[in-house]
Amino acid sequence: MTYQKKAMLLSVIPGLGQIFNKQWLKGSLFLLLAASYFIVFFNTLNMGLWGIVTLGEVPFRDHSVFLLVEGIIALIIIAIGLGFYAFNLYDASQNGKKRDQGIALNTLREQYLTVVDKGFPYLMVGPGFFLLIFVVIFPILFMILLAFTNYDLYHSPPAKLVEWVGIQNFIDIFALDLWRETFISVFAWTIIWTFSATTLQVAIGIFLAVVVNQKDLKFKGLIRTLLILPWAVPAFVSILIFSGLFNESFGAINMQILASLGIDSIEWMTDPFYSKIALIFIQSWLGFPFVMAMTTGVLQSIPEELYEAATVDGASTFDKFKAITLPMILFATAPILITQYTFNFNNFNVIYLFNAGGPPVAGQNAGGTDILISWIYSLTMTSSQYSKAAAITVLLSIVIVTVALYNFRKTKSFKDEGTI
Amino acid sequence: MSIKTAKYIRLTLSYIILLAAIVVVVYPVLWVIGSSFNPGNSLMSSTIIPENATLAHYKNLFENTDYLTWYWNTLKVCFFTMVLAVIFIGLTAYAFSRYKFIGRKNGLLLFLVLQMVPQFVAILAIFILADQVKLLDTHFGLVLVYVGGLIPMNTWLAKGYYDTIPKELDESARMDGAGHFRIFFQIILPLSKPILAVVALFSFISPFADFILASVLLRSPEKFTLAIGLYNMISDEFGNSFTTFAAGSVLIAIPIGILFLSLQRYFVSGLTAGGTKG
Repeated sequence: MTYQKKAMLLSVIPGLGQIFNKQWLKGSLFLLLAASYFIVFFNTLNMGLWGIVTLGEVPFRDHSVFLLVEGIIALIIIAIGLGFYAFNLYDASQNGKKRDQGIALNTLREQYLTVVDKGFPYLMVGPGFFLLIFVVIFPILFMILLAFTNYDLYHSPPAKLVEWVGIQNFIDIFALDLWRETFISVFAWTIIWTFSATTLQVAIGIFLAVVVNQKDLKFKGLIRTLLILPWAVPAFVSILIFSGLFNESFGAINMQILASLGIDSIEWMTDPFYSKIALIFIQSWLGFPFVMAMTTGVLQSIPEELYEAATVDGASTFDKFKAITLPMILFATAPILITQYTFNFNNFNVIYLFNAGGPPVAGQNAGGTDILISWIYSLTMTSSQYSKAAAITVLLSIVIVTVALYNFRKTKSFKDEGTI
Repeated sequence: MSIKTAKYIRLTLSYIILLAAIVVVVYPVLWVIGSSFNPGNSLMSSTIIPENATLAHYKNLFENTDYLTWYWNTLKVCFFTMVLAVIFIGLTAYAFSRYKFIGRKNGLLLFLVLQMVPQFVAILAIFILADQVKLLDTHFGLVLVYVGGLIPMNTWLAKGYYDTIPKELDESARMDGAGHFRIFFQIILPLSKPILAVVALFSFISPFADFILASVLLRSPEKFTLAIGLYNMISDEFGNSFTTFAAGSVLIAIPIGILFLSLQRYFVSGLTAGGTKG
């Protein structure tokens, strides 16, 4: 048997392979690490795995949600342990291979230098990644697992236990009338909202940028500064101001603007249709300056010769816009425009701060203007439908990740990565 | 129609359109400024330029609400988020851009997926975790959550910029015997100032604008940030304290607006850099 195989087999117990390779210090360090891993984490792992499988057996003694948290932490610790274990096997086998080929192994000093050298990127990525595990990855894992439990108001620890129910939540969302109808109507509005609000803000932004950019127009700087205002004021402030402006009892839109035109007050807050109109208007107001600023940057980089050549060929202003300006803008800003769609798909602030997703609608458990993300928020925060909210989150994430991955695979940066 | 008339019509139309757009954009801002000086709590009789303008609402804001505390809290949270985020993102992006290590590609792919899923879909989990580690209702916990959420997207942004710094620079420095830390601090860091400024700007602004995470994690009124404080102010007794709210918004909108307008070109350059490269 070769040294490579022997070292690898011995490393089934971490460190032995390295000791066999006569790397005494490294070997004993690995052995020590492995031993302390088991001593320190044995209870955590034991409890965690028991907890995540059973979610507790006795109410009041076992708190299902905390057991789920500990279970996920145990899984993360196991993943880190397995990573270390795989590295240990790989290291023993590589050094064994070197011995087979008669290459001298690294001396202690060299080993130290390689550790510092190879370890440097991990040292740099480490702190950020550690934080990411706890505040981003852990919560996502928790939500995914929660989607397969029955955690809600009636199964709420510590008085009650939470149980695994498989894909029951997903079945309920599509099989129970109340849930199915709500889901379909919320999903439909989310799509309409995303497309109408985003397309409108993009169209207005591009249009105004082109208008301002005309060569013979005066006061360009002042006009741009004024038009960029909605982007400069923090969005939550503007949205709250708009919820005042549209207010039915004192808002200026009903009281002053419509009244002076002789139009009756409109129920902006309590009629779903008008609420939706108001929301699309507000989002266009908030979102166009960003598109306008982007477009202005592109417009200023289009070479003047293109237009001159087109004029010589007898192109009209509109022809020039259609054949030169618009394609240039869309080409240069496409990736950012697409992120605008994903942003609005999840635009919680506008929906929630305007009228909390209201008004209520009969026959469904979401408000008339709720989009998926704000529906999830109110299911979690007000009606304690935790597991249903988690199941909807999983569905939502699948949609976002699919669309976005498809989009990103086409971008330059990702293709560059593929060649490395 | 002569060319001159055509030009005249085009320009007049442009000015009319732009004027209309400016009116729509500026009206809400003027309305809220007007409301903040409007006497009385009722807005029924409010006009944009109020007769008998009063500073009473500003006084009320400082004396009877926690407004100043909220302002201070917000600036504190934004500042620490910015500092931590720049450190973490700068280091992580540098490692991803310059080193080949096991797990690099999967790490980048993971970041790509994570930046698409909004962090607040998992509010319940964040709440329970914060509760478990006793960081609920603390600014420190909130800052950690913000920083974690900023890492994936901004790492891609910064990595795209680092990739454009020629690798020959660090290679020749390595030849001359410079260590990892020296290369990073003396060569790369000075060159990457523009992108770090953009990351800093984004990391300062996004906690400022956040409502959802802060509303879940912060419980007691003296810990609130501006977004939650103002929201509660108008949702508690809507209409009655709207003028006070208006005063509060004016004091946010003016300084932030001026700051933003002076830094606006960095936003655009940062986003286009990220857009075309990441």
